[in-house]
Amino acid sequence: MKIELRAAPFDPLLELGFYQSGLDERLPGQYGATAIFIGTMRDSNQGEAVRGMTLEHYPGMTERHLQRIVEHAATEWPLLDALVLHRVGALRPNDPIVLVAVWSAHRAAAFAACQFIMEELKSKAPFWKREETADGPRWVEHNTPG
Amino acid sequence: MVIHIQYFASLRDRLGRAEDRLDAVGELTVADVWAALWPDTPWPPNTLTAVNMEYASPEQMVRDGDEVAFFPPVTGG
Repeated sequence: MKIELRAAPFDPLLELGFYQSGLDERLPGQYGATAIFIGTMRDSNQGEAVRGMTLEHYPGMTERHLQRIVEHAATEWPLLDALVLHRVGALRPNDPIVLVAVWSAHRAAAFAACQFIMEELKSKAPFWKREETADGPRWVEHNTPG
Repeated sequence: MVIHIQYFASLRDRLGRAEDRLDAVGELTVADVWAALWPDTPWPPNTLTAVNMEYASPEQMVRDGDEVAFFPPVTGG
């Protein structure tokens, strides 16, 4: 399992490939399903153009809750491994925000666990988005429902 | 006892500072900490709290050395 906050842009597909190649050595022949979610920054929100964004977090609490969310998923579904990367700091449109990947023997567990981790992250992990708009910065007050 | 306080995101911006320290005696809840520091500012709607990096209710008791955080709804992912 790997959970990391990243202060610089990352390539989620390169990260995924690199991590999965390590998994091939550690768990050869075991996983039949990989479910991934990638969240990417858009250039608009709530009807307004967004030029950039800053992701703030609560150092310590954020990592602890991400860890707990993934551990919780691993008690609910038979997961073989999980990878969660999340950006902090300054982002621009098209920058990846979050990568969640889970590996399991079968797809039902992989799909369900990936969605669970993402929804829990959205509602419990202490991150906050501040968007840069033409009218100046504004804090995002709540997440979209889905 | 000493309580260490942190504020995040829009709440920090509105209050104008990121940290506080409260020297207090007696029994205090999270809500009491807020009231002691911000007697003229009612508890902001939707504010979440954590004690030692665990989510807490306003009624939770705090202890000497605790870190209490106040912040708006989270918006990661």
